[in-house]
Amino acid sequence: MNGFGGFLMRRTIGTLATLLAISVIVYVVFYVTPGNVAQITCGPRCSPEQVHQVAQQLHLDDPLYVRYWHFLQGLVAGQDYSTGTSVEHCSAPCLGLSYQTDQQVLSIILTRLPVSLSLVFGAMVLWLVLGVGTGVLSVWRRGRLTERVLTGLTLAGWATPVFVIGLVLMIVVCGELQLLPFPQYVKFTDDPEQWAWNLLLPWLSLALIESASFARMTRASMLETLAEDHIRTFRAYGVGERSIVGRHALRGALAPVIALNANNFGSAVGGAVLTETLFGLPGLGQELVHAVSVVDLPVVVGMVLVIGFFVVLANAVADVLYAVADRRVVLT
Amino acid sequence: MSEALVATQAPEASASGASGARRFWRRLRTQRAATVAAGIVALLVLVALAAPLLTTLEGQDPTTYHPSLIDSARGGVPTGSLGGISGRHWLGVEPQTGRDLFARLVYGARVSLGVAFSATVLQVVIGLVVGVAAALGGGWIDQVLSRITDIFVALPLMIMSLALLAIVPQSFPRPVLVTLVIGLISWGNIAKIVRAQTLTLKGLDYVAAARLSGWGAWRIARRELLPGLAAPVITYASILIPVNISVEAALSFLGIGVKPPTPSWGQMLTAADVWYQAAPQYLLLPAGALFVTVLALTVLGDGVRTALDPRAASRLGVGTGRTRAAVTTSTATSTATSTSTATATAAAKEESE
Repeated sequence: MNGFGGFLMRRTIGTLATLLAISVIVYVVFYVTPGNVAQITCGPRCSPEQVHQVAQQLHLDDPLYVRYWHFLQGLVAGQDYSTGTSVEHCSAPCLGLSYQTDQQVLSIILTRLPVSLSLVFGAMVLWLVLGVGTGVLSVWRRGRLTERVLTGLTLAGWATPVFVIGLVLMIVVCGELQLLPFPQYVKFTDDPEQWAWNLLLPWLSLALIESASFARMTRASMLETLAEDHIRTFRAYGVGERSIVGRHALRGALAPVIALNANNFGSAVGGAVLTETLFGLPGLGQELVHAVSVVDLPVVVGMVLVIGFFVVLANAVADVLYAVADRRVVLT
Repeated sequence: MSEALVATQAPEASASGASGARRFWRRLRTQRAATVAAGIVALLVLVALAAPLLTTLEGQDPTTYHPSLIDSARGGVPTGSLGGISGRHWLGVEPQTGRDLFARLVYGARVSLGVAFSATVLQVVIGLVVGVAAALGGGWIDQVLSRITDIFVALPLMIMSLALLAIVPQSFPRPVLVTLVIGLISWGNIAKIVRAQTLTLKGLDYVAAARLSGWGAWRIARRELLPGLAAPVITYASILIPVNISVEAALSFLGIGVKPPTPSWGQMLTAADVWYQAAPQYLLLPAGALFVTVLALTVLGDGVRTALDPRAASRLGVGTGRTRAAVTTSTATSTATSTSTATATAAAKEESE
C-alpha cells in the first residue's frame, strides 16, 4: 500500500491498536491491584453482601482475560447491572458503574465533559494566538530589544508550572485587585457572558503556559525557513521584509505548529486537570482527581480510557494534518 | 544530510573521549546564560545534598510541629510577624502546623531534585535498552519493540500517573513511587531517538569492522555504540529533568504524589493560596524555588544541546561569546514538550529533504 490512502489506513490501524493497548494496560493494572478489588471498588462503607455482589458483577472468579472480554463487550454492546433490588441497564458504550456513587461512569463523564471542552478549546484559541503571535513578533523584531524581552518571557512561561500561574492570577486578580470574582463555573447554555467571564482566568493560566512552546516552535521554524535559498531569492527580487516574514516564513511554521498543537494535547489535558482542580471547575480533571483520591476504580478506569482516547486521536490527527500541510514528509 | 554530520561527529568524539568532554565544557562555557544556569543548578544540588547540615545549623527539622508559634484562634496563622520569621525560624513557619519553612524548603529540594533526576535515569536506561535492542535485533524484534514504544509515547503522562498512583497502597514510599511511575511511563521518546541513532551508527564502517572481527552484540553495543549515543541521549535527558520536576510538583500539588509529612515543593503549594495574606512566603518560596529550578535546568539544557550539536554550534557561532541558543531547532522543541510524533515527523522531514 502506497500513497496517501495507504498512509491513512496504516495510521488508523495503528491508532486503534494503541487504544486497545491502553485499555488492556489500564484494565489489567487496575484489576490486579493488591488488596480486595471488590472491597476497594465498592468503597469503604459497603456491607459484606454488597461486596459479594460487586465481586460477582465484576466476574472476579473468572480469569483476567475473560473479565477483560466482558468489559469490552460492555463497551460495544452494553451490559446489565443488578443493583440488588432492580436491574439497571448500562447501554453501549458502557464504561461500568461507580458503586460508590451508584452512577454510571459514562453519565458522570458526559456531565463533566462540556466543562473540560470549554476550558481546553477556549484556552487553545488563546494559546495559538498568543504563541504564534509572540513567535512572529520576535522574528519580525529579531536582533532588537523586543526579541530579547519576548524570548525571556517565553522562557519564563515555559518554566512556570500551570498551577503557580493560576494561583498567582487568582490571588492578584480576584483577591487583591478584586477585578473578577473567584471563578465559578456557569453553563454556556445558561449565560454565555458569565460563562466566558468565569472561564477567563482558567483560560489565561492554561494558555500562558502552553503558548510558550508555540512561541518557541514558531520562532524556530520561521528562522529555519528564513535561512533557506528561496527566501534569499525573494529578497533579491525586492520583496519587502513584512511580506517575507508575514507570508513566506510563516508558511514554513504552519506544519510544525499544527503538529505541535495536536501533539501537545496530552500535556494540555494534564494542564487542564491542574487548572480545573485549582479553580474548582467541575470538569473531567477534577472528577479524576477526586476519583483517584477516594479510589473509585470504575470511574478512574473509564476516565483514563476516555481521556486517553482523545489524546491518541489528537496525535493521529496531528500526523495526518502534518502530512497534508507539508507534502515533503515521507509517509511511513 | 544532518544525520551524516552527526554520524561523522560521533565516532570522532568517541575516539578521544577526554578531548570530547573538554570541547563540550568549552562550548558550554562560551554561553553565558548556560554557565549561570549551571551555577544555579550546582547550588541547588548542593543545598539538596546538604539539607540535614543546613537544618542542623538552623536548629530545626522539617517535621516537628510548633503549636506555640501559631494562633489557633485565628485558624492557624503564624503568631510572629512576617509569617513567623525569626532567628530560630529563618523563613517563618507553616500555617496550621508551625513546621519550619526553611527546613521544609531545603528538604523539599531533596525530594524534587531526587525524584526528577532518578526518574530521568530510569527513562534513559529503559530507552537505551529498548532502543538499542530494537535497532540491533532488527526484524520482528524491532517490530514488536517499536510498536510497544509507540504505545508508550502515546500515553498521557499526567493522566496515567494519576491513575497508577491511586492503586498502590499508601504504605509504599511515595517519592520512590512517583519516580517509578514517571520513569516507567515516559521513556518512549528516548527509545525512539536511541533506535534511530543506533540504526545510523550500525551502518558505519567502524561498527561493521567490529562485527567482522567477531565481536558480540553486547560488546559492540557497549564499546562502539554507546559513545556515539551519548550526545543525543545527554541532550534529551537534560530536557527531561525540568519536565520531570514539573510533573512531580503537579502530582504532589494535587495531593496524589509526595504526601505530608515528607515535604515537596509542589505539595507545599497545595494549601498555600488560603494563607497568602498572612504568610505570603508560604506561597512565594516553593513557587519561586520551582520557577528558578525549572528555568535554570531548561536554560542549561538548551546550552547542553548547543554544545553537543555541531550544526547548531557552528550556525550560532558559539565561541564568539554569543549567549543562549538563538535558534531553537524544531527537534528539540518538540521533544521538550514530550510530544510523540513531532520528533518522528521532524526526523521524517529531515530525511525527505
